[in-house]
Amino acid sequence: MKGATYLTDAAAIAATNLIPVDAGPVGSALRPDLAVIGRWIAPGARVLDLGCGDGSLMAWLQAAKGCAGYGVEIDDAAVLSCVRRGVDVVQRNIEAGLGMFGHDQFDVVVLSMAIQATHQTERVLREMSQVGREGIVSFPNFGHWYHAWSILRGRMPVSREMPYEWFNTPNLHLATVLDFEDFLGRLGLVITGRAFLADGKPISWLPSQRATQAIYRFRRSAS
Amino acid sequence: MSAAGSVGNVTPQRMRFEAPLALRSGASIAGYELVYETYGELDSVRSNAVLVCHALNASHHVAGMYDDDPRSAGWWDNMVGPGKPVDTNRFFVIGVNNLGSCFGSTGPMSVNPATGEPYGPDFPVVTVEDWVHAQARLADALGIERFAAVMGGSLGGMQALAWTTLYPARVAHCVAIATAPKLSTQNIAFNEVARRAIITDPDFHGGRFYSHGVVPARGLQVARMIGHITYLSDDAMAEKFGRALRRTSPEELAAHIAAGGDEVSGAAARSDYRFTFDVEFEIESYLRYQGEKFSRYFDANTYLLITRALDYFDPALAHGGDLAAALAPATADFLVASFTTDWRFAPERSHEIVQALLANRSRVTYAEVDAPHGHDAFLLDDPQYMAVVAAYYDRIQAACSTPTERGA
Repeated sequence: MKGATYLTDAAAIAATNLIPVDAGPVGSALRPDLAVIGRWIAPGARVLDLGCGDGSLMAWLQAAKGCAGYGVEIDDAAVLSCVRRGVDVVQRNIEAGLGMFGHDQFDVVVLSMAIQATHQTERVLREMSQVGREGIVSFPNFGHWYHAWSILRGRMPVSREMPYEWFNTPNLHLATVLDFEDFLGRLGLVITGRAFLADGKPISWLPSQRATQAIYRFRRSAS
Repeated sequence: MSAAGSVGNVTPQRMRFEAPLALRSGASIAGYELVYETYGELDSVRSNAVLVCHALNASHHVAGMYDDDPRSAGWWDNMVGPGKPVDTNRFFVIGVNNLGSCFGSTGPMSVNPATGEPYGPDFPVVTVEDWVHAQARLADALGIERFAAVMGGSLGGMQALAWTTLYPARVAHCVAIATAPKLSTQNIAFNEVARRAIITDPDFHGGRFYSHGVVPARGLQVARMIGHITYLSDDAMAEKFGRALRRTSPEELAAHIAAGGDEVSGAAARSDYRFTFDVEFEIESYLRYQGEKFSRYFDANTYLLITRALDYFDPALAHGGDLAAALAPATADFLVASFTTDWRFAPERSHEIVQALLANRSRVTYAEVDAPHGHDAFLLDDPQYMAVVAAYYDRIQAACSTPTERGA
């Protein structure tokens, strides 16, 4: 399968020019994956931030890059935080569908650290790829060595990116870097960039095992 | 922030407009008057004016009270006042009674200069758009070129929406709460039942009941009872009244409710039925009381006019049903809010508005407030709702203040 050829081992990752991403300091207090996403988004872009939380990414994009757009968020406190930041937010469960948004209404659609908690993950990704010309997803890399180590010791992994016990985790669909690349390929989406963070710092060597967070940008294939 | 308070005592004002106002029906009305109230101070550059549009049975009396009587508090006194979400320390707020209403502005009870008798059924049919044009004339007279915000709930939200397309340059922000881009078939059906109740009341006399010294009170009562059912959610009604059997008189019950009392458990319910068609359940008593109270102060012809204005509102109609096209002229930023348990103007109706605004790339924030009260929630104190509106008005103020004033 096409997607699977993208990343079969660490050497393949190291060989691609897409990494390491230009993820230097962005001079903001943004969460590290959001800082990377913020750097990827072009000035003036129209952005839809799904599961935007307190609106910090959109606020930064508006202030630093003159971007416009909306957050989508279901949580009351997060919605209120967005309004207080001057970020336009649509209070909605992203799993209820993105039918409110038209085809290619946005330059970029972001889904940061939320895909693992979606029920209908495939549907969300498909819809995402329809309402924007480009998609960006960040997620916790379940393939991180510590998770394997934890399971070998007989314990479900609990980490900074996934700080939950097995009985209270909202995470439903955890993936490794390799899994996610397969998934994008299966959906007919073309990877246009990838970045890996280990505890918030960009890494390029052995990302499958060392990355705590992975960030991908992708487009619909031209066909 | 200092503790929120009341704007205190207020005095309605009145303005007369001699020039004819062309109405959408083709008729026109000249020499009409509008009653209005204002709260707060208009700033030196006239940038902080907020227009609050009222719904079916409300008026210009948005906030404050008359003669130190707290029972006379305005219908949105929880929303508008010093330190409140629409903070009168920062905004100059205007409430205006619409043309055709029955709280002082020219309406069916007013004398028709052509006949020397009350207009009654001859008062021209008015639309949401007609009201907006009348409000714009009032704004002209008050020297307000552009509103920082036009705001309303329910039918008031429709006026706020209409403002953004009829006078796009005059509205910086539109706050449309618990509203809809047009009535549903079911909404119109409820309105028709209410109108038939009034029109078929023998005391209606074809709308000329004034000269008979009566009002179609029974029709108005039924109309109000129907309205009240649609304003409340099933759960809210169940929680408030359940199947409790009536113990107190309607007046006592209402006084008990007004005092914040627990309607149902305030007195132990009777344990058996009386096998009668008279009032048996508390909900019946409550609806009758509300109906009777309403019939004592609301004009039947106004009820017909305003429900018709609701029915007719459909800005997309002239655009082949394309709401985005209808809203395309708008340049305002929007706050749209709905309530999860509102089945009269359900969240899905607000979604239609939001979707159209998104398609137009308008700036829009949409809050879907999880409140139990149904449509009435827009008048009540849900903390999330109040906080979102307050935060949005902070943004409105930041946009309307001049740099010098912001530094002050």
